[in-house]
Amino acid sequence: MLIRKSPEILYSEVTPKADYLDRRKFMKGAMATGLLASSVAGVSRLIDPGTEVFADTKLSTVKSPLSTTGEDLTSYQDITHYNNFYEFGTDKGDPARNAGSLKTRPWVVSIEGLVNKPQKIDIDSLMKLHPLEERVYRFRCVEAWSMVIPWVGYSLSELIKQVDPKPEAKYVQFLSLADPSQMPQMRESSISWPYSEGLRMDEAMHPLTLLTFGLYGETLPNQDGAPVRIIVPWKYGFKSAKSIVKIKFVAKQPETTWNDLASNEYGFYSNVNPNVDHPRWSQKTERRIGASLFKQRRTTLMFNGYGDQVASLYNGMDLKKYF
Amino acid sequence: MAWTSRNISDRMAISNRTIVGLKVLVHAACLAPVAWLLWRMVENNLGPDPTATVTFFTGRGTLRLLVLSLAITPVRRLIPQLAWIIRFRRMLGLYAFFYGCLHLLTYVGLYAGFSVAAMIDDITRRRFIVAGLVSWLLMLPLALTSTTWSIRKLGKNWARLHRLAYLSAFAGLTHYWWGVKQGVLTPVPITIVFWMLMLARPLTSWWSKRRTVRAAS
Ligand code: HEM
Repeated sequence: MLIRKSPEILYSEVTPKADYLDRRKFMKGAMATGLLASSVAGVSRLIDPGTEVFADTKLSTVKSPLSTTGEDLTSYQDITHYNNFYEFGTDKGDPARNAGSLKTRPWVVSIEGLVNKPQKIDIDSLMKLHPLEERVYRFRCVEAWSMVIPWVGYSLSELIKQVDPKPEAKYVQFLSLADPSQMPQMRESSISWPYSEGLRMDEAMHPLTLLTFGLYGETLPNQDGAPVRIIVPWKYGFKSAKSIVKIKFVAKQPETTWNDLASNEYGFYSNVNPNVDHPRWSQKTERRIGASLFKQRRTTLMFNGYGDQVASLYNGMDLKKYF
Repeated sequence: MAWTSRNISDRMAISNRTIVGLKVLVHAACLAPVAWLLWRMVENNLGPDPTATVTFFTGRGTLRLLVLSLAITPVRRLIPQLAWIIRFRRMLGLYAFFYGCLHLLTYVGLYAGFSVAAMIDDITRRRFIVAGLVSWLLMLPLALTSTTWSIRKLGKNWARLHRLAYLSAFAGLTHYWWGVKQGVLTPVPITIVFWMLMLARPLTSWWSKRRTVRAAS
C-alpha cells in the first residue's frame, strides 16, 4: 500500500498491529476524501464506530534520534479521547466531544516581550520554519497516568533562535487561546483564563522541548491542542500548553495557571519526580493508558526517563523544594 | 421513629406484593451497574484508564446511594402517601455500603497494590484518603446493625446511631471535593442535593408535626 511504503509513516514500525490495521482502514477513508492534499480542512473522520476527530492533514516528517524507543505507543483512539483540556470541559471525554468548535485557521502566534524580532507568525509559516520531526515521547500527567505519543514538530529552540531573545529574557511564557465563543465550556470551571504556562529559558532551549503541530503523522486533533502546542516530555503534562496564541519572553518567572490555583500541588517546575508526591496521591507509580485493568501500574521514572538529557539543567537545585 | 411505625404502610394503599415487586426492581437497579462493570472488565472494555473507571464508578455509586437513602425520611414526611418508601431505606443503605466496599477494594488492589506500607503512607499523609476512610468506617456500624434484631435490641439508640449516615455522606462529599482538582465542579450537584436534604430534615420535621397537630384538632 502506498501509505505503508512511504517512509514518513514512522509510527507504523512501532504501532501494535491491531491499531495499525485500524488506522489503515481510516487512512484509506482519508485518501478517498482527498485529505492527503496539504490543504487544511476541518473534516471529521470515522475512527471507531461512533467517534470522530477533527484534524487530519498528513504531515511529512523525518525521524529523530531524540525519539524514545522500546515503548508501545498509546492508540490514536486513546490519545484523542482521554484529554485534559478544561477549556472544553473537565471530563476526560469532553474535549473529544466539544473541541470541534475550535477554529484552527486562520491562526496567528504572537511572539512578543523581550526579543529583538517580535512578530506575529501565521501558523502555516510557523510549520515551515524547520523540517518537522517525529518524536516519540512518554507523556506523564500529574494525575499519575501516562501515554507514549508520536508527536510531530521541531525543537522550540529553532523558533527561539529566529526571534533573537534579549539577554534580559529569562523565562518564556505560553498563552493559550481563550475564546468563549469557540470554547463555551470555559465558563464551567472556576479557572481564570487564558491558560498560561512557562519555562525557564534553558528549559525552553533544550532540544527535547518540542513545538508540536501533530501526532501520528498528522496535524493535531483539536482536543490535543491544535494547531500548535508545546511538549516538554520530562515535566508533568499540564506544563505543555495547548492551542498557543502567544509566546512571551519575560524577565521574571511568569504566573502559570495551575501554580496560581494551588502552588502546594503544582510547582512551577513540575518535573516528573517519583520522590515528590502530590498531596493527594503518590507519584511513585503511574497508570499506563490503554493497558488492561491489572496491568496498568508501572513505576514512574525520574524526569520521566529523560534524566540523562535534562538532569544537568537542575544541578545544585533542591528538587523537593523546587518541585 | 420511622421504623416503629409499621402501621403506616397499612394505611397506604400499597400491597405487600407491590412492595416485593418494587424491591426486586431496586435490587436489579443496584446490581445491574456492577454486572455491567464486571462485563466490561471481562471484555477489557473499561475505557482508556480502567483503574479510574472502576474507582470513579464505585465511588460515585456509593455517594449517590448514600444520599438517596438519606432522602427517604424527608420525602415521606413531605408526601405522607409515600410513607411506605421507608421499606427501601435499609436496602439502599446496604447497597451504598456494598459499593463502598467495592470502591475500597479497588483502592487496596489497584492503587496501593495490596501494600500495607503504601496504605499507611496514604492514610498518614493524605487527608483526601482519610476522609474516604472515615466515610466508610462510619457506614460500617450502620451495616452491622441493619438487622431487624439490632433494630429491636437498640430501640431508640438505633435511630440515634443511624444518624451517622449523614456524617458518613458528609465525609464522602469531603473526600470527593478534596479528591478533584481545583476548578473541577463535578461534585456540585450531589453536594447541593446533600445540603438540601440537611435543610429538609428540620423543615420537614416541623411540617409533619404541624400536620399532626392540625389533624388532631
Ligand atoms: C474506604 C476508604 C476510601 C478510599 C481509600 C478511597 C479512595 C479513593 C481514590 C483513590 C479515589 C480516586 C481519586 C483519583 O484518582 O482522583 C477515590 C475517588 C472517589 N471516592 Fe473514594 N475512597 C474511599 C471511600 C469512599 C467513600 C465511602 C465514598 C462515598 C461516600 C467515596 C467516594 C468517592 C468519589 C465520589 C470519588 C471521586 C470519583 C470521581 O472523581 O468521579 N470514597 N476514592
